[in-house]
Amino acid sequence: MEYYLSLFVRAVFIDNMALTFFLGMCTFIAISKKISTAVGLGIAVVVVLGITVPVNNLIYQHLLREGALSWAGYPEADLSFLGYLSYIGVIAALVQILEMFLDKYVPALYNALGVFLPLITVNCAILGASLFMVERDYTFAESAVFGLGAGVGWMLAITALAGVREKLKYSDVPEGLRGLGITFISVGLISLCFMSFGGIDL
Amino acid sequence: MLDRLEPEFEKGGKYEKWAALYEAVDTALYKPSRVTGGASHVRDSIDLKRIMITVWLCTFPAMFAGMYAIGHNANEALAALGLASADGWRGAVIGTFAGFDPASTWDCLVHGALYFLPAYAVTFLVGGFWEVLFASKRGHEVNEGFFVTSVLFALTLPPTIPLWLVALGISFGVIIGKEVFGGTGKNFLNPALTGRAFLYFAYPAAMSGDAVWTAVDGYTSATPLGRAALGEDYGVSWMDAFLGTMPGSMGEVSTLAILLGGAALVLMRIANWRIMAGVVLGGLLMTLLFNALGSDSNPLFAMPFSWHFVLGGFAFGAVFMATDPVSASMTNTGRYFYGALIGAMCILIRVVNPAFPEGMMLAILFGNLFAPLIDNMVVQANIKRRIARNVAA
Repeated sequence: MEYYLSLFVRAVFIDNMALTFFLGMCTFIAISKKISTAVGLGIAVVVVLGITVPVNNLIYQHLLREGALSWAGYPEADLSFLGYLSYIGVIAALVQILEMFLDKYVPALYNALGVFLPLITVNCAILGASLFMVERDYTFAESAVFGLGAGVGWMLAITALAGVREKLKYSDVPEGLRGLGITFISVGLISLCFMSFGGIDL
Repeated sequence: MLDRLEPEFEKGGKYEKWAALYEAVDTALYKPSRVTGGASHVRDSIDLKRIMITVWLCTFPAMFAGMYAIGHNANEALAALGLASADGWRGAVIGTFAGFDPASTWDCLVHGALYFLPAYAVTFLVGGFWEVLFASKRGHEVNEGFFVTSVLFALTLPPTIPLWLVALGISFGVIIGKEVFGGTGKNFLNPALTGRAFLYFAYPAAMSGDAVWTAVDGYTSATPLGRAALGEDYGVSWMDAFLGTMPGSMGEVSTLAILLGGAALVLMRIANWRIMAGVVLGGLLMTLLFNALGSDSNPLFAMPFSWHFVLGGFAFGAVFMATDPVSASMTNTGRYFYGALIGAMCILIRVVNPAFPEGMMLAILFGNLFAPLIDNMVVQANIKRRIARNVAA
């Protein structure tokens, strides 16, 4: 139990998807203008990550990994070259379901997220988490914890950025830096703050 | 005389670009003639200018205590190494004014001042240059906030830091930490700490470790926090740590002097006591938690709060850094949470992160980062409560 807790904490703070690996930047910067939408998108990412990483883990462990097909009588088969295709497929299907769900039950959030909801499909943080799962050879339980943790970490980062950007609305930024420029600088400074966790070894 | 020159600096005048510099000199020497006119707002003669100058003055006890401590440590180290005087130009200057006796207050003060004042002068000149440049180009005023930023930045530096690093750090702090957002009041991180953190990550060897804390070549002494992490004896007594004769950054060593400045700030209602209380409470709770958890391998788990409070930058950060009104939370309820977050983060970094012996700097930056979010939550909670009270009925 303690092991899973430290895995979760590491995924949230130390290996933060957005601020340590700089994954998922496009949505991270585009949807962080308002705290409420940022929280909404954050929840969507948590849900997608929390489901796709363990599902992809099942696919990897029981279908794609070298020797995974021995239960079907092909012990030497190695289908790991199909990895990207299957992970993206799972992610796309899941995001589609999530989109229909939001459209039906939370239309306000659905409208606020707009095109960025389907774009979660190609959000590198989501695919990145699945690839980290493969690279670090997580078990099913580990990958479920890691997926949730990565999602929560990403959500924390985007809410923090949204808070900062709401405050920056009152700033007097030099003309050339307005908009994206100052956002990039802010993200850099935020990740400087997150360096406080770098080096913690759990 | 300055009044006669004024038209030259107004819009369209010959020296329009230098208006900010003129304004700064004018109001530093004379009382501004433009004051709030209407009766509705006037409660006190205190304005941003006076607030910043007061904070600046309140750092003086810590500054002098720091200088004394640097000199004291350096002189003791010299005595331990069997040297009669220091090398270089500092040795010559000290020889003229004072001696190298660790027991003499004056000798120690002079020796320390020769380390602190160059660093402060560089901070002030380089930072002031950027401040004036941006002010004249962007057309805002040079703000006294810079006095505070510069003194706080200089006070967080280790005594042996090379001066070009000082210049680099304050440049980063002032430009990226403040001016790109539009100057004082518009930044979201504390500029002094931004510069400090930049130096810390870019040049770790000059900013931490064993060799930087005593201003004598070839003499190493770890800070008490560094020793505690290794499980050694702290090397100083609690009273020494409280009064300030230990190795450390220039302004953070004497908790007593910091508390004096802090008390003045609170009495004049400039710094917010809620934030300080939050920091102390957060730190206390986190320490108690770690004390209760315990650990076989990490001696810091068992460190009591009274030690956490006097070692390193905890008190300095709580009094001067966390209370920066720009980057802190704005709502009163939020201030408790903001302070507690900083206190807890500081202890957390100190105890569980082996990479950083000192956590106050990063903890405050982390708090700055979440301050707007905390405010937002407080406001939303207030809105909800009022709806529940007034609308639902």
